[in-house]
Amino acid sequence: MTLDPEMAEIAKVFFQESREGLDVMESGLLSLGATADTENINTIFRAAHSIKGGSATFGFAEVADFTHGVETLLDQMRNGVRPVTPEAIQTLLQACDCLREMVAATEAEKPHDKDRIAALNADITHILGEPPNQAPTPGAPSGTADAAAAQPAAANESSGWRIAFEPVVDLLRVRNEPTRMFAELNSLGAFTARADVSRLPPLDELDPESCYLSWNIEIAGQIPRARLDEVFDWVDSRCRLDIVPIGSCAPLLPEPVASAAAPLPANLAVAQRGPASGAPVQKTAGESGSIRVATEKVDNIINLVGELLITQSMLSGFADGIEPDDLDRLRQGLSQLARNTRELQESVMQIRMLPISFAFNRFPRIVHDLSRKLGKKVELKLSGEGTELDKTVLEKISDPLVHLVRNALDHGLETPDRRLAAGKHESGTLELAAFHEGGNIIIEVRDDGAGLNKAKILQKARERALIAEDQDLSDEQIDNLIFMPGFSTAEQVSDVSGRGVGMDVVRRNINDLGGHVQISSKQGVGSTIRIRLPLTLAILDGQLVRVGKEVYVISLLAIVETIQVARERVNTLAGRTEVFRLRDEYLPVVKLCDQFGVEPDSRNATDGLLVVVESDGKRAGVLVDDLLAQQQVVIKSLESNFKPVSGIAGATILGDGTVALIIDVPDFIREAVKRSGGAVTAHAA
Amino acid sequence: MVKRILAVDDSASMRQMVLFTLQGAGYEVLQACDGVEALDMARASTVDLVLTDVHMPRMDGITLVRELRTLPNYKFVPMLILTTESSQEKKMDGKSAGATGWIVKPFNPPQLLATVARVI
Repeated sequence: MTLDPEMAEIAKVFFQESREGLDVMESGLLSLGATADTENINTIFRAAHSIKGGSATFGFAEVADFTHGVETLLDQMRNGVRPVTPEAIQTLLQACDCLREMVAATEAEKPHDKDRIAALNADITHILGEPPNQAPTPGAPSGTADAAAAQPAAANESSGWRIAFEPVVDLLRVRNEPTRMFAELNSLGAFTARADVSRLPPLDELDPESCYLSWNIEIAGQIPRARLDEVFDWVDSRCRLDIVPIGSCAPLLPEPVASAAAPLPANLAVAQRGPASGAPVQKTAGESGSIRVATEKVDNIINLVGELLITQSMLSGFADGIEPDDLDRLRQGLSQLARNTRELQESVMQIRMLPISFAFNRFPRIVHDLSRKLGKKVELKLSGEGTELDKTVLEKISDPLVHLVRNALDHGLETPDRRLAAGKHESGTLELAAFHEGGNIIIEVRDDGAGLNKAKILQKARERALIAEDQDLSDEQIDNLIFMPGFSTAEQVSDVSGRGVGMDVVRRNINDLGGHVQISSKQGVGSTIRIRLPLTLAILDGQLVRVGKEVYVISLLAIVETIQVARERVNTLAGRTEVFRLRDEYLPVVKLCDQFGVEPDSRNATDGLLVVVESDGKRAGVLVDDLLAQQQVVIKSLESNFKPVSGIAGATILGDGTVALIIDVPDFIREAVKRSGGAVTAHAA
Repeated sequence: MVKRILAVDDSASMRQMVLFTLQGAGYEVLQACDGVEALDMARASTVDLVLTDVHMPRMDGITLVRELRTLPNYKFVPMLILTTESSQEKKMDGKSAGATGWIVKPFNPPQLLATVARVI
């Protein structure tokens, strides 16, 4: 594809626009199933139409050809000529997928998947080939051809043409100006026109906006008939027009009374004045690596920076020396600075925030396809799509969510007959909800399916020695066993889910995001999977803890509780590893002082505080000297500023300028559990 | 005097292509993304030519032409619709609504300029 640089730039807009158009088509098609409303089909049609027009304009012929079939089918659907069947919708959905790949391939200048295109084309042609509801709209295929076909083929070219042109009187009203047409004819060959003024009314009846003239035109030269048709193309329904080769027959109009050159109609163009204010076309961002930010958010930041500058200049006035009277103003300035800085930080963070609809949007399609495949009826409900979270978190949570939804459809929801047998509505409900809760984002995947089979889970867990034979677990703990590695209760391995990997990967991904996942389920009623995520990865809600003179940060999300330790509940294993018995559960104790080689107030587990942390379903106690403040800390990467250090997730700078290390809880727990060997049973919740 | 053209299309890439081509040829270009917006713009200022797509949300191109023709300032302004070769009936609809002519999609920049030159 050779486009000049400017056009290549515009083609980028086309690619982005096509992707958006395809999203519109897809969601439109998915909702078509329920109601076949005209406006919806129109919207889908327009999207297809734009893709076709654009791809043809930019010379992407394969895309244009393929879209043509899609467009034709949609056109027939919106005209009510073609029924909207589930099969047709399915084909159109596949066509959307195919187009999406074609657009991507075109953009990457890679070859298209020709077999797939051909197969889908055949499907579409097949649907189009079926007898329609009623007579197909006439003249749908290339309309320009029939005009030419109607003309005698022999008279395609001659040494000249004689044209009789008698326009309707209101020709000028739509601004078809004979003078312009004549100028064009003149450029084709030697041209003469004689005006016929016989239709001219008396002056007092003359309407200055009407055209009363007709013309007899002769044009000499080897001019293809098609060129003449082109000139008269726009007016052929607004005139009597006869075009004959010179010498074949007499002029068709009566000889003109006056043979003056055609009087030019008054130029009625309206004078133009004033500045042009072409609205700039909004440039759309690429798929990743860039974010489309609402202008409002950027404006907000610009405002705040302005405020900061004002405060700064106010404070710099004190540089010359502070008088006691200035103290109040200084305090005022500083508090203003603090407020502005905080607001600025929030605003900048906002830039990275995207609504979760970016992740939710793929689910209608996934659920549609999957429920078809599984023969289940599912109603998908989305709520809280506007809830915003950090772009990175959003991108990373997308795949785990897909997994959870697939699981819910495959294992959770029952087939229609089983649902009816259980006294439920035949179509199951799958809900995806997102909302804020205490500075975190909660995403819930709820289904009203069969729920987890606790007996089966227990049996499986024992079989695989994931828990001890005699271990007593609460219902909640049993449910959450499904997040253990290598756990799958699917009786049959299907290609949808149930390969035994999955839930543990889901949990690990979520933990890596600093989040937490748990499931609660009631047999016969349904399951709810609850994911708790931090709003962002750049800022952490931290608990500052002190060990000796050092301050460390532990993520609040990871902290379960903090307790003062009673001596009798600390046991020593193998003479060195300490474990702590917390409500019948043994937690390995991690001493930060030993870990980092700092001098603590006390090495004795009973004198400090034990911070119970949890990750990946495992818990450990972290021994510290004191709890300090809870505060939001900005995470600075240790990796990019120094080098990766195990047990440390990053660092932050505290208010007094000192650096505090952020503890990598998952890493810590893994280490602690490993060191305590098999002596500590993994906690299952 | 620089001629001013109002280009109406719901597709940003088509608008950009038209804008790029026409501005390159020295025209002033106003842009609108549907009929409603175009009508507002047309009421606020005058133009020498209206170029409009047919299929657009809110108000289609045919309706736009019909509405514009009722405005005194637009009685004699040329209006061209952008249409696909397959829609002969759209051309007729356009004509009866008062369109001067049409440009058949797809078109390249020289074709666009040649067609525009036919009317202004």
